[in-house]
Amino acid sequence: MVNFGYELVKVCEEKNMSIWEYTLEDEAKESGLSKEAVFEKMRQNLKVMQEAAEYGMKNEVISVSGLIGGDGYKLSRYAESGNTLTGKMMMKAMARALSCSEVNASMGRIVAAPTAGSCGIMPATIITAGEELGKSDDDLVKALFTASGVGIIIAKNATMAGAEGGCQAECGSAAAMAAAAVVEMMGGTPDQALNAAAIVFKNILGLVCDPVAGLVEIPCAKRNASGTVSALTTADMVMGGVMSKIPFDETVEAMYKIGKGMPCALRETAQGGVAITETGLKMQEKVFGK
Amino acid sequence: MRNYSAFDILGPIMIGPSSSHTAGAARLGKVAKVIAGGEVKAVKFYLHGSFAQTYKGHGTDKALVAGILGMDPWDDRLKTSMEIAKEKGIGIEFIPADLGDVHPNTVKIAITKKDGETTTVMGSSIGGGNIVVTEVDGDALEFTGMYPTLLIHHIDLPGMILKVTKVLYDHNVNVAFLKVFRNSKGADAAMVFEVDGNIADEVIEEIAKIENIKSVKAINI
Repeated sequence: MVNFGYELVKVCEEKNMSIWEYTLEDEAKESGLSKEAVFEKMRQNLKVMQEAAEYGMKNEVISVSGLIGGDGYKLSRYAESGNTLTGKMMMKAMARALSCSEVNASMGRIVAAPTAGSCGIMPATIITAGEELGKSDDDLVKALFTASGVGIIIAKNATMAGAEGGCQAECGSAAAMAAAAVVEMMGGTPDQALNAAAIVFKNILGLVCDPVAGLVEIPCAKRNASGTVSALTTADMVMGGVMSKIPFDETVEAMYKIGKGMPCALRETAQGGVAITETGLKMQEKVFGK
Repeated sequence: MRNYSAFDILGPIMIGPSSSHTAGAARLGKVAKVIAGGEVKAVKFYLHGSFAQTYKGHGTDKALVAGILGMDPWDDRLKTSMEIAKEKGIGIEFIPADLGDVHPNTVKIAITKKDGETTTVMGSSIGGGNIVVTEVDGDALEFTGMYPTLLIHHIDLPGMILKVTKVLYDHNVNVAFLKVFRNSKGADAAMVFEVDGNIADEVIEEIAKIENIKSVKAINI
């Protein structure tokens, strides 16, 4: 059992293991299940993620409130148009993230990863990277173990709840975990994986949780798309040799301290940020009345 | 430092949009139904705090009803629970209420069964789909529904815990957590056992036979 990122890197180096291998082994030990059983349990998560990421690309999914929907479908069409700036892969990544968020907001089935509000980042990142790199479903399950290994360290030392730490704690954690997962998928070391997570955190620090009408829709869905892009590009940055100047554990600490310092209005209460813009308030009135 | 499983981080699998307002609500509904037992005729949900303000947008209403119908938080039919309840002729009512100094996501569920008996269960959704039940039929108690749970009402007398744990020991049931509650000395009291492994019917029957035990309910998850 490890409590910090530097310990995780150390134990992986000593055992000559990846983060995913260590996390799988540790989970099996703690739960009393076999490694195979734990692996299959995680495969169930992957299956639900794959369905949620695909459904909103093929269907125009509208949220229960009617405030959002159909964007995953739009982007998946645009991805095929050949006229995009950042390329088909990036468009599909964003479409998948939006799809998951839309499925969630329409009361479809998702995996909280780590939360329902941030449920699009992990699937979109690993499915897209996996597709680009020609990886199997088993490889994607391994990526989910890398991600949860990193997530456990974040949960132990900070928070993953928007009500406690703002969006940086939800979408920030999801993107950091996803970046680390892609680095290991690409053959990077545990140390490189945590460097990617650190860079993602640095780039999302301070992001508040300000949902319009208190619903997991605006700005959540697009922040899932944005977190996915951050995870993918950061993984590439690290595989290109760039390292974080601030260690992972210290970025987690910084995220937590910033979260603690955030006023309550910016922590999932719908009393600040975009939630109380003129348009945000009008939407709230439309959904819930005055 | 608390320990986390990989599945605390990635999971639960659930119907959206909110782990606290949807998944947790479904679990609260299901636990209430199991505690009530028997066939449900009508349910009143008293919604407090954030539950009262946003229950429509988060599908908290649908999730609570789904739970009453015995659905889990990942059940596809959760979305259509209202229609299913209507078909079954179950009366449903939502009432915003001030339940006092409780968690913002709290609901009091009053289930009236076909035999006319009413059971009330109060509980809170405390984040990540996790819940805590805080009151049953007006008696304060506390359990999470994470483990199979034994809910025992009895008279506050010496030796009651020993008599119950003897039955558990005889059936090789390991106790994870035990909490005891009472209204006043020698009066109504309650024990809540959270155990490893589901609780068999014969365990419940044996405990029910013990003198001064008023009721025994098992919540197997």
